[in-house]
Amino acid sequence: MRQSTFATGGLGWFARHEFELSWRDFMRMMSAGKAGREKVVLAFMAVSVIAVHAIAYVALLPVLENGILINKPALAVISGSLVLTFSLMMSQAMEHVTRAFYSRSDLDLILSSPVSAKKLFTVRISAIAVTTAMLSLLLFGSAINILAAFDNIWWLAAYPVLFALSAFATALSVTITIVLFKTVGARKTRLISQIVAAIVGAGFVIGIQLAAITTMGSISRLDFLASETAMANTPDPAHWVWIPARAASGEIMPLLAFVALAFVIFRLALACFAERFGEHVIAAAGISQSATTQRNRRTFFAARSVRATLRRKEWTLLLRDHWLLSQTLMQILYLIPPAYMLWQGFGQTNSLAIVAIPVLVMATGQLSGGLAWLAISGEDAPELVQTAPILKGAVIRAKVEAVLGAIFLLAAPILLLTAIASPYLALVATLGVGAATVSATMIQLWFRSQAKRSNFRRRQTSSKVATIAEAFSSILWAGTAGLAAAGTWMFLFLLPVTLAVLWIARSFRPRAEI
Amino acid sequence: MPHHALEVANLSKRFDRPAVNNLTFSVRSGEFYALLGPNGAGKTTSLRMVAGLLQADGGSIHVFGENAMTNPVAVKQMMAWVPDEPMIYDRLTPLEYLEFVAGLWGVESATAMKNAHELLEWLGLAPHSRERCEGFSKGMRQKVALAGALVHDPRLIILDEPLTGLDAGSARLVKDVLLSRVEKGCSVIMTTHILEVAERMAERIGVISRGRLIAEGTLETLRQGAGGTDSTLEEIFLGLVQGDTETGESAAA
Repeated sequence: MRQSTFATGGLGWFARHEFELSWRDFMRMMSAGKAGREKVVLAFMAVSVIAVHAIAYVALLPVLENGILINKPALAVISGSLVLTFSLMMSQAMEHVTRAFYSRSDLDLILSSPVSAKKLFTVRISAIAVTTAMLSLLLFGSAINILAAFDNIWWLAAYPVLFALSAFATALSVTITIVLFKTVGARKTRLISQIVAAIVGAGFVIGIQLAAITTMGSISRLDFLASETAMANTPDPAHWVWIPARAASGEIMPLLAFVALAFVIFRLALACFAERFGEHVIAAAGISQSATTQRNRRTFFAARSVRATLRRKEWTLLLRDHWLLSQTLMQILYLIPPAYMLWQGFGQTNSLAIVAIPVLVMATGQLSGGLAWLAISGEDAPELVQTAPILKGAVIRAKVEAVLGAIFLLAAPILLLTAIASPYLALVATLGVGAATVSATMIQLWFRSQAKRSNFRRRQTSSKVATIAEAFSSILWAGTAGLAAAGTWMFLFLLPVTLAVLWIARSFRPRAEI
Repeated sequence: MPHHALEVANLSKRFDRPAVNNLTFSVRSGEFYALLGPNGAGKTTSLRMVAGLLQADGGSIHVFGENAMTNPVAVKQMMAWVPDEPMIYDRLTPLEYLEFVAGLWGVESATAMKNAHELLEWLGLAPHSRERCEGFSKGMRQKVALAGALVHDPRLIILDEPLTGLDAGSARLVKDVLLSRVEKGCSVIMTTHILEVAERMAERIGVISRGRLIAEGTLETLRQGAGGTDSTLEEIFLGLVQGDTETGESAAA
């Protein structure tokens, strides 16, 4: 007799179990673990949905007024957006798949039970595909709805296209991870797949920005996609290359073909890999038991100050944690286009530098937020440090110095390049980078809450105010630096706004404990 | 030299309800003191306040005559804290961890290196001194944490359930290390649920219940207090705790 899907141990049963866990996890993340906040969270989500639709409407208004003609430039812009989405999906799916391999959580329980591991991993891989699609829906859903409401209802076809893209990305991620597992082994797979995820995620954006800088002297991706250079090097609208774009714009045959292909490939990946997923998970579990020998030949127990000891510890831990490195790598990669822009514009004009400086300020602000969290909140032995005979201020100072040192090392080459081109712009960039770094670090100080470093990905959940303040601070410092670099006194109007955001964030800081 | 390593007087801490309630006790210099109590009695909270990890609502703490509340840095310089769950850095090797701890306590380089190598050898960690701690068992991690507590030669060691989850061999090693430190004049205060350990190792035992010290003394004194000459510590402890719980319940009623 065939087992019912929703019977205990069936696919539906597993799916319901996974959904319940994911939903509770999501609500806990949104409510920062505080009970009775579900209604507030749902109200916040509803307001957010309305707000992003309003923003999408304003952004799309010029396009809607003229009507959208699906010609070659339009197909190029849609295709570019889909490739961008796909690269982000790939990055996210690879990270999810790697995590599914290496995190233990409930796997020991399930794998030791008599239920089929294939069913569990079929559900988990499918969940990765759905989660990955949800992120892109958050990004593009409002734009799709506005286009469907004010241009053509057939734009709703973009939804199945996004799900199909997610299925492709998940299937490819599972394949890459398992191939890596078989070729380079469990330990290296983790590192390589994380680096690949970071590079894939940023690769397309950076690549297209570099192409735009080279051909047009602009950092705008959309301008480049619709440019004459791009049009001259792309095939006619009838070519198969445009099938995903035509599917997204509502053409029925390309839509059916694209979705069917995605479904077949996803099913194929499930059939090939879900069965063996459990074996790889067990193999991955073994790596935490194996020893990693440090072959450094440095002198131990050299005389150092307490602050130098703390800084050294922070840097050592950061450099040895490849997972954290790959998480921060993504932000560092975004510094490549401004650096390239500066190099391109060297000796010619300051206009490129004016565009590059806000990107630099924004990226360093975001990066220092992450590093500051690791140094200040992500302390794995907090009681050791607290019971050491050092003043609390000295510990904090040392940790802040560790963050500033790391940021300085990363930003220094770009600042030096700017200084050669224009001392004024270098001064503006240095002040902007410094202000963004210090602000992000201060926000982390105000909202510090002790956590394991492995919780880095969830650092945003501890305080929504800190997350929003950190993002706004980076954006506003980038804007201030950009206006100052352009030589307009308008930056004096933005400066108090930036400081006000920081002041508001500070006023929300929790009461300090011991 | 002060007679007492640790003097706690009228110590209080309240969360939702009083966790520590006018607790007063002392540990003599060079003494091994065991603090016993049922779950939730306030043992860990008390020791965390002594270690400077929790702020007291009231009372005083003196370590070798220094006021821990007004001069915490000087007090911390003399103390080491070993929690039940070893807090070490997975990505550091034991040698690097000890170097870091010695740096925090400002131990002179040559002394730190000598102490570190001796401790690693003594605790059987020497073959693993250059391996990252990430793959270590609970016992090995606890030994690394203990080495960290001893590398700066503390005068007072505070341990919260240090033997939980250790195998017999590791537990024996930890006990030997602690006793040898006491022989050298170090003072130790330890909480434990393993009454046999307290019975064998501690010179004096304090029993805490509902945040208050309900009995204190040598095993012999406690026996006399319990009215029996052959009672085991387990029998004495259960009698004391049960009596205190009944008193508390009847007072609440």
